[in-house]
Amino acid sequence: MVEIFGIPSAALFGQLLIGLINGSFYALLSLGLAVIFGMLNIINFAHGAQYMLGAVAAYLLLQSTGLGYWPALIIAPIVVGAAGILIERFFLQWLYKLDHLYGLLLTFGLALILEGVARHHFGSAGLPYTLPDSLRGGRNLGFMFLPNYRLWVIVASLTVCLGTWFVIERTKFGSYLRAATENPTLVRAFGINVPRMITLTYGFGVALAAFAGVMAAPIYNVSPNMGSELIIVVFAVVVIGGMGSILGAIVTGFGLGVIEGLTKVFFPEASNTVIFVIMALVLLVRPAGLFGRRA
Amino acid sequence: MRKTLGLAALAAALVCGAANAQQINVKIGVLTDMASLYADDTGIGSVAAAKLAAQDFMKDHANFKVDVISADHQNKADIGTQIVNQWIDVEHVDMIADVPNSGVALAVSEVVKQKNKVFVASGPASSDLTGPKCSPNTVHWTYDTWMLANGTGKAIVKNGGDTWFFLTSDYAFGHALERDTMAVVKANGGKVLGAVRHPINTSDFSSFLLQAQASKAKIIGLANAGGDTINAIKQGAEFGIVAGGQKFAGLLIFAPDVAALGLKTAQGLQFTETFYWDLNDGTRAWTKRWDKERNAAGKLPSMNMAGVYAGTLHYLKAVAAIKSAADGKAVVAEMKKLPTDDALFGKGSVRVDGRVLHPAYLFEVKKPEESKYPGDLYHVRATIPANEAFRPLKDGNCPLASG
Amino acid sequence: MERVLDPLTRKPSVWRERSETIAFLVMVAALVVAPFVTYPLFLMQAMCFALFACAFNLLIGYVGLLSFGHALYFGWASYLAAYSAKAWGFPPELAILTGTATAAVCGLVAGALAIRRQGIYFAMITLALAQMMYFFAVQAKFTGGEDGIQSVPRGYLFGVINLHNELALYVVVLVIFLAGFLFIYRIIHSPFGEVLKAIRENETRAISLGYKTERYKLTAFVLSATLAGVAGSTKALVVQIASLTDVNWPMSGEVVLMSLVGGLGTIFGPVVGSFVILIMQYKLAFLGEWVLVIQGVIFVACVLLFRRGLIGELARWLRIKL
Repeated sequence: MVEIFGIPSAALFGQLLIGLINGSFYALLSLGLAVIFGMLNIINFAHGAQYMLGAVAAYLLLQSTGLGYWPALIIAPIVVGAAGILIERFFLQWLYKLDHLYGLLLTFGLALILEGVARHHFGSAGLPYTLPDSLRGGRNLGFMFLPNYRLWVIVASLTVCLGTWFVIERTKFGSYLRAATENPTLVRAFGINVPRMITLTYGFGVALAAFAGVMAAPIYNVSPNMGSELIIVVFAVVVIGGMGSILGAIVTGFGLGVIEGLTKVFFPEASNTVIFVIMALVLLVRPAGLFGRRA
Repeated sequence: MRKTLGLAALAAALVCGAANAQQINVKIGVLTDMASLYADDTGIGSVAAAKLAAQDFMKDHANFKVDVISADHQNKADIGTQIVNQWIDVEHVDMIADVPNSGVALAVSEVVKQKNKVFVASGPASSDLTGPKCSPNTVHWTYDTWMLANGTGKAIVKNGGDTWFFLTSDYAFGHALERDTMAVVKANGGKVLGAVRHPINTSDFSSFLLQAQASKAKIIGLANAGGDTINAIKQGAEFGIVAGGQKFAGLLIFAPDVAALGLKTAQGLQFTETFYWDLNDGTRAWTKRWDKERNAAGKLPSMNMAGVYAGTLHYLKAVAAIKSAADGKAVVAEMKKLPTDDALFGKGSVRVDGRVLHPAYLFEVKKPEESKYPGDLYHVRATIPANEAFRPLKDGNCPLASG
Repeated sequence: MERVLDPLTRKPSVWRERSETIAFLVMVAALVVAPFVTYPLFLMQAMCFALFACAFNLLIGYVGLLSFGHALYFGWASYLAAYSAKAWGFPPELAILTGTATAAVCGLVAGALAIRRQGIYFAMITLALAQMMYFFAVQAKFTGGEDGIQSVPRGYLFGVINLHNELALYVVVLVIFLAGFLFIYRIIHSPFGEVLKAIRENETRAISLGYKTERYKLTAFVLSATLAGVAGSTKALVVQIASLTDVNWPMSGEVVLMSLVGGLGTIFGPVVGSFVILIMQYKLAFLGEWVLVIQGVIFVACVLLFRRGLIGELARWLRIKL
């Protein structure tokens, strides 16, 4: 068996594949953040809580109506996205004229509220949610056993990420959106309903977070704390990728997943810190982030 | 005439009797985790258990007035000690109960020793509380890392699980659990094929599970707790660990964790606990009363909560015996003299190092089709008698043991 | 010193000019009397946090930089002070110096990295750096991991003052707090402080006037980190514990909340804010998880409706400077 740095090559490829799968999760989560920040200049600190709400919504859907995983993938993001729209209308819209930091503080407060209420209702140990039967089992690739669900995660993430990127960067609608961020007054003068676009964009970003939550529910513990554990890492991903850049978030998400996976093999205790170390290095060399356009 | 005399004598006796039984006021502070990872295992359920103990005791002892207050230490040692300091100095609390989270518990034990009150620890896991950090004011109920390692490790090795691979949480508690279990496995003829340390609060275990699979060990020992254990087991199901012939050994699992996993995923899991609500008529009856006091649907009492009840009751018995709660050391000395006996833990005793000895049980999670009613989660696979379940006195390095 | 005219009588008003001095004297008087009416241990903790909040406020209120990872300096100073007192047997004054020096070094390194960006980017970088150091604290042996460093000895200050005596300790903590507070006051009301305010208002213009703004910002950052370090070291001696709580991001969030509630950009705001938040935490401890929800509600309410904070609104209402 070929050995690379003392690890059998089979094991290494297995870990690389796992890293790629995790990366797709990071990419999906940071995509929502990047969309909201890129378009609205708001740091959505409530992103982790909204991810958690997506997973909890999937659980509630199963408990109360018996609707399983596949309907939840569509319904939960819509429900949580709608809640996001309400948040934008009631809270965020008053802050656009102010320093952007207030948006951060407000969403931080919202995250505390959402998580606290969820903890009160559901406890903190976790809620049961299992794999959908259609995605159980896996295939033996020779160098590792790949669960079918993980394969689905990569496929779905890639589709959603690339789809979003395409809509924002390559379609007319996307160009209206980008223009509205740069110069809202001018775009309004063209007769485009800018406030409504902004509201829908925030809702879409939140829906993306909830979608990631539903995807996480069968494999990660569904608990009110699940968002706050991930959110800081996702912020680091977005900072490395460049905060305004959608493509940056996607590429960095996948890339960091792979790097983290390799760290777990060679130096598992540091797998938490490696992302922040990379962030510090990137900032030294390229302060705007890898793909960032604003200096 | 004789009747009047008789009545007068009776009245005199009553007055004298009443004068002898003066009012004793005791205040108990339940310091627990109400909001984060231990909230389901302790939290409000522990407060309910303490209140039940107070009620039961006051029924038989009319001259006692027992108050129960509570607070959330939020898993922070400084908040915990601040609350305990304030409770003792300002609120005149006599006994601190529960305190999950070993770090907070060790700090609280120090404060209680300095102020000469009593600490009945039911929540924390660290065996140091009755080891190098033992105290004449602290009594450790329910469980500790040694009992968990020994109960689960020994039983599983004896059952044929003789090769182990460890998934360990990279912090003091995880290391202690791993170290204790490794020692037990080796002492009973098993082999440790490897171990990997993961950061605490890891959501994705796929990489570590791959390594565990590659090791081909029969048993994957989970030296972690809470969300980490749940995630490891959940993802283990995904990766076909159990289907591939390996088994998980959860070293610290509570009933709410099993509920979070669901029976489908958790079936076959083996672990050690000292209390299960459905164990016998006594525990069932108590659980009904606890449920009424707790007043929230779908909750199960954990062994920590049972420990708060039993520990509080025993403490109050000791106070009644020496007629005062003021001197913590004296009350604890009395607790060590009296044997423990309650519906939840059966018969046991409090050892000189503060360790409470009571039986432990090896449980196995039922298959979904075996569960007949909500809460029907475990089979009892083995009973470990009280004198074998906990670390022998001589191995503990407690200064009180040699003195 | 500008003449401040009373808006009603249009005459120069001594009270309004000296509003800050008067407020300072009121604060000192209150803190001197307080230990005889309230639990001293709580007051000492509150003063440490008040100093921490003031240090944080220096950056956001006067330079316009939101540091979302300030727990790094507070917590690591606390660790080093605790470890040096316990394991190396340092006397308290050296322990506090050790902790403060640690915070200063951390501040220098973190500041050098973070200053490169502004606004939200700056906040995110400080947050991520703090998280990195948090994970390091979880794993490092000397921090005691989850248990933290406990039973930190308070020792004898300068070899003579027994800090186990609560009154003596209280006086020492009060002196440290007032010294830190006055130091911040001096920074703000100095030429250096004026440049900082200019940078907050319009950095490009300040650069065009010839000021090396990067250097000013970094200096302010290091000063803020150092003072947070003083607060952290003192806290370690008062509570006799240094733990992971002190370096984790909820702690960073709390100091932001304290300043927000008190009033960003006011001198007394962070002091009032920290006392309010700590009192709330202790009085409401029995509510368990609702404490966090209430903090969230206060955050939201402050940002939407109450942006100037308690002291800010008071100052505006009385038309004085606070």
